Amino acid sequence: MTMPFYVPPEQLTKDRAEFARKGIARGRPIIVIEYDDGVLLIGENPSGSLHKTSEIYDKVAFAGVGRFNEFEMLRVAGIRYADLKGYSYEREDVTAKGLANAYAQTLGQIFTHEMKPYEIEVMIAEVGNAPEDTKLYRIQFDGTLRDMKRFGAMGGMEEELTERLVEALADRPDLATAVRLATDTIEEVLETTVGDDDWEAAALDRNLGRRKFRRLTPSEIGAARA
Amino acid sequence: MPAPHGLPGDSVVPSSSFLSLLESHQMAPSWAAGTGRGPLDIPEATTVLAVRYSDGVIMAGDRRATAGNVIAHRRVKKVYPADEFSAVAISGTAGMAIELIKLFQTELEHYEKIEGTRLSLEGKANYLARMVRGNLALAFQGLIVVPLFCGYDEADDVGRLYTFDVVGGRYEEQDYAATGSGGSEAKAFLKGVYTEQMDEDGAMAIAVEALVAAAEEDAATGGPDLRRGIFPNVVVVDDEGITEVSDERVAEIAETVLGGRP
Repeated sequence: MTMPFYVPPEQLTKDRAEFARKGIARGRPIIVIEYDDGVLLIGENPSGSLHKTSEIYDKVAFAGVGRFNEFEMLRVAGIRYADLKGYSYEREDVTAKGLANAYAQTLGQIFTHEMKPYEIEVMIAEVGNAPEDTKLYRIQFDGTLRDMKRFGAMGGMEEELTERLVEALADRPDLATAVRLATDTIEEVLETTVGDDDWEAAALDRNLGRRKFRRLTPSEIGAARA
Repeated sequence: MPAPHGLPGDSVVPSSSFLSLLESHQMAPSWAAGTGRGPLDIPEATTVLAVRYSDGVIMAGDRRATAGNVIAHRRVKKVYPADEFSAVAISGTAGMAIELIKLFQTELEHYEKIEGTRLSLEGKANYLARMVRGNLALAFQGLIVVPLFCGYDEADDVGRLYTFDVVGGRYEEQDYAATGSGGSEAKAFLKGVYTEQMDEDGAMAIAVEALVAAAEEDAATGGPDLRRGIFPNVVVVDDEGITEVSDERVAEIAETVLGGRP
């Protein structure tokens, strides 16, 4: 009979967290910023079809970094959760908070129970009718749920990105300024240059109709950065 | 762990169908057919139509729902946007039809969000046909739901319209289509006035006038009610997407139409 080696829980958790953090730090970052009319989700993504940002429901959007297949699973599960809830009750009953909690539970379970934790982080944004009703939640690989104020950065070099954004963000900028700020910050911190086609940007715009999510076109991004 | 609303285990291989998700949670809408007892007086909705014009399709419906010989509701909405580029209208048992539309709308949006692209117009029509077919057993009990579907085909840059029957048959129509108890009356009217390549105003005028014609012959169809300010629902679908026409504009057309009639 073989005896399993005893591993103290502190060690186990630390190892798993380190593994997940390494995986996430390898990926390209995403920045989520509140602007005057809503929320901007932006990051570098050369693929035009494998998206890192997505519509979840009328006023709720998703952004993920890390392993694509892992956050894609959460994205799809989130759409199913939201559509089911909205269909059973009423559209306005679907909120970012409920979804963020479900994600936190899921990621927490996976972190402790699965062979390997998910190497991802996700952010959920909900645009409110007024700027102060807008909500940003960030869920980490271990299920830690945090309420972000005005902006958030996740993925590789996130500390540096956050530091720069804190300095640069005074008030809620307009959309073009937010795009310029986010793209410049990412380019400076990652020391690269990114073409207009290689950004993935989406916005939750409170001035749109029922569905407030829209993707920004490369020409829009180019115009904002010019 | 319990999987509230499909998180996470069962979504490892995601299906983009919302209906199958509902079924897996035993939440799909269903009506058990009653036995015995006489026919129930359940509100029914009648006369919806669609007309193709040069840039797309116009869809219109009256507002009346009847239960037997009683007017059950005067302001029922029978024409709905299905998504950005299509519209659906209902005739038949109102309660079931409205639920069917809500499910259809959710299904289209669900697919679009998960797949990142809209279903083709044909795909939407086929899916709607499947939903109608699922209702066949109840149709034999007299609980009939027959939709009308139209949309703008983004691939071919043309407006299309489809009719259905209770067994889920799906038929693409060329110029115009109507369904409901006043449907044949409306079609007879449209047959006389329809011409190819009408403009938006012209098509909208004949659509509203066809409803007026149907209301004159069919007790279950309500015409424009100027006194109460009740006007048909009209939507326009063209290459820009779907637009619900304002009551003011429909009122203007209705007044012209009613004023011009003998």
